[in-house]
Amino acid sequence: MTLLSDTRALGSNAAAAAAATGLAARVWEALRTVRDPELDSDVVSLDFVGSCSVSDGVAHVSLRLPTYFCAPNFAFLMVADAHDAVSAVDGVTRADVTLADHFASDAINAGVAARAGFVGSMAGTEVGEAVAELDDLRRTFTERALMAGTDLVVRPIMREGATPEQVAAMTLGDAPDSADLRRLRARRRELGIPADDGDPLVVDPSGATVGVDALPLHLRKARSYQVGVDANTSICRGQLAARYGV
Amino acid sequence: MYEKNGEKYFVVDSHMHYWDASPENWVQGAEQYAKGWIECFHAYQSLGPAETHQPLEEFQKVSEEQLMREVFDEGHVDVAIFQSTYLREWYKDGFNTSERNGELATKHPEKFRVNTRFDPRDGDAGMREFEANVERYQPMGAKLYTAEWNGDSRGFKLSDPECYRFLERAQELGIKNIHVHKGPTIWPLDKDAFDVSDVDHAATDFQGLNFIVEHVGLPRIEDFCFMATQEPNVYAGLSVVLGGLMHARPRFFAKVMGELLFWVGEDKMTFGSDYNIWEPKWQVEGLVDWDYPDSAEYEDYPRLDTNGKKKILGLNAAKLYDIPVPVECEIREGEGAQLVDEREVAQA
Repeated sequence: MTLLSDTRALGSNAAAAAAATGLAARVWEALRTVRDPELDSDVVSLDFVGSCSVSDGVAHVSLRLPTYFCAPNFAFLMVADAHDAVSAVDGVTRADVTLADHFASDAINAGVAARAGFVGSMAGTEVGEAVAELDDLRRTFTERALMAGTDLVVRPIMREGATPEQVAAMTLGDAPDSADLRRLRARRRELGIPADDGDPLVVDPSGATVGVDALPLHLRKARSYQVGVDANTSICRGQLAARYGV
Repeated sequence: MYEKNGEKYFVVDSHMHYWDASPENWVQGAEQYAKGWIECFHAYQSLGPAETHQPLEEFQKVSEEQLMREVFDEGHVDVAIFQSTYLREWYKDGFNTSERNGELATKHPEKFRVNTRFDPRDGDAGMREFEANVERYQPMGAKLYTAEWNGDSRGFKLSDPECYRFLERAQELGIKNIHVHKGPTIWPLDKDAFDVSDVDHAATDFQGLNFIVEHVGLPRIEDFCFMATQEPNVYAGLSVVLGGLMHARPRFFAKVMGELLFWVGEDKMTFGSDYNIWEPKWQVEGLVDWDYPDSAEYEDYPRLDTNGKKKILGLNAAKLYDIPVPVECEIREGEGAQLVDEREVAQA
C-alpha cells in the first residue's frame, strides 16, 4: 500500500527508479517494451502505468489511459502486450495486468486474463461486438511508425545539405547512429523489412526502395506522419494530466 | 466581428453546441457512459487557458445567457452554426439535439444556423425524422457522428449503402454541407475506426455536397490531408485543432497548421470553437495573432497572412452557408489571394 501511494506521489518514472531493485525493476523494464501503437511510444514513458508491484512472484500492474473512451482496440493491445511481457519476466509466477477507469475495462481485463483475443473478449459484452482481431491494426500502425521514423532520421540529414540523389543512394549504415535510427531499424524488422547496415536507408512500408524521383513526396508524407504522432501525443498527454494530475 | 490593427474579421463559428449533459438527463443504466463522456469533454477544456476553465457542474449545462455572452458578446462570433449530436443511448432528451438548438436559434435567427443530423441505422423512422427536421429548421447542413452507439451497433461508415440513401435524400432536400466527426472522444470497435476513406468515397460520389471533416481526422491527420488534397469538396474543420493545441502545445499547433495549409490550403479550412468545450474568444484572438515560431523547422510551410486568417475565421464558412458578409469584412480586390478561387463550391 505504501509503495502504491509512493508510486502515485512520485509519478511512475521516478517511482520506477525508486523501486529499481530486483524483480520489480525487471517488471518495469518489461513494461518499457509495451507500446501504444498510435503514439509509437512505450507505456512507461507515457505514464500509462498507474501502479506496479510484485508480491510473492505475482506481478500486479494497473494501466491507465488519457480518457474513459480511448480506443478500445489499442487499449486491448496494450493490456495484452503488457500481460505477455510481464509474464515472460524471469521470476514472475503470475501476471495480473488490468486496465482502470475505461468504459471497456471489465471486458478487456477478463478477456486478457482468459487469453480470449479481442473478438472473444468483446463478445456478448455491453460495450459491443468486435469484428476482427487486431493484427492488421498493429501492422497498419507499425507502417505509420516506419514513415514517421523516416522523417526523424532523414530530415536532419537533408538539413545538413544532402541532396535527394545522395539520400536515395544511402544505406542505414551511412546514417549517424541515434535513438531514432535504432527505433527505425526495430520497426522495419517488425515489418519483416531488412534493417542491416547495408540495407537502403529509405524504403516504403512494403519494403521497396524509394527512387530519387519519388523521394521528395515520400519524405513530405513522412513528415506529415511525424506531425500527426506529435499532435496526438500532445493531446493524450494533456488529457492524462487533466485526469490524473501527473 | 473582431477588429485588430484596422482589419475587420467576420467570424463564423461553424462547429459549436448547446448541450445538456446534466445528471438529470442521464439514461438510467447508462450513467457511467453519460458521465464518462462529459468528463472526457471537460478534460479537453483543460487544454485551453486556465482562466476559461469551468467547474464540471457548470460545464455540463451552460445557461442560455452564458452561451449568448461567451459566444457573441465576448467571443467575437457573428454567426454560429449548431451541430447536433444526439447520443440518445446515454442522454434521455439527447445530448445536443436539433430541437434544443432550434429553440435557442428561433429567438436569435440572425445569429444562428441549425444543422440537423441523421443516423442511417435508424432506417425509415430515422428518415422521417430527418425530413421533418429539414422542413422545420431549413438547414443547409447536417452533422454525422459515425461513432455514435445505436442499439447493438458501435458505429457506421459514410460508404454504407444505408448512409448513401440518406445522403441522396439530403441532397434532394437542399442540404449542402455534411460535417463528419472524424476525431477524438469515442471510437467504434471496428478496426477501421480511424479510417477516413469512407469520406473519400462519399465525396467522390456526391459532388453536390461539401464534406467538412471536423477535427481533421485526428488521430489520422495525415490520412485526412492526403485524401482532402485530392477531393475538391472536402474541407478541414479546425475544431479541436485550435482549442486543443494552440494554447497547450503551440509548437505542435504550428506544425499541424503548416501541414493543413500545405495539403488542404487556406480556402478549405474553417474555424469551429467546439463551444462549450472551449470559448471562441481566445481562439479567435489567438489565430489573428498567430504566426509560426521563429525556427528553421517551419520555414518551408506555407505562410498564413491576414487574408488567409479572414477566410479561415469566417469567409470560407460564409460561402458554404450563404451567409452575407459586411463589405468592410470582405477581402478587398487586388489584395493578396482572392477568396473565390476558380473551383466551384457545391452551393454554386
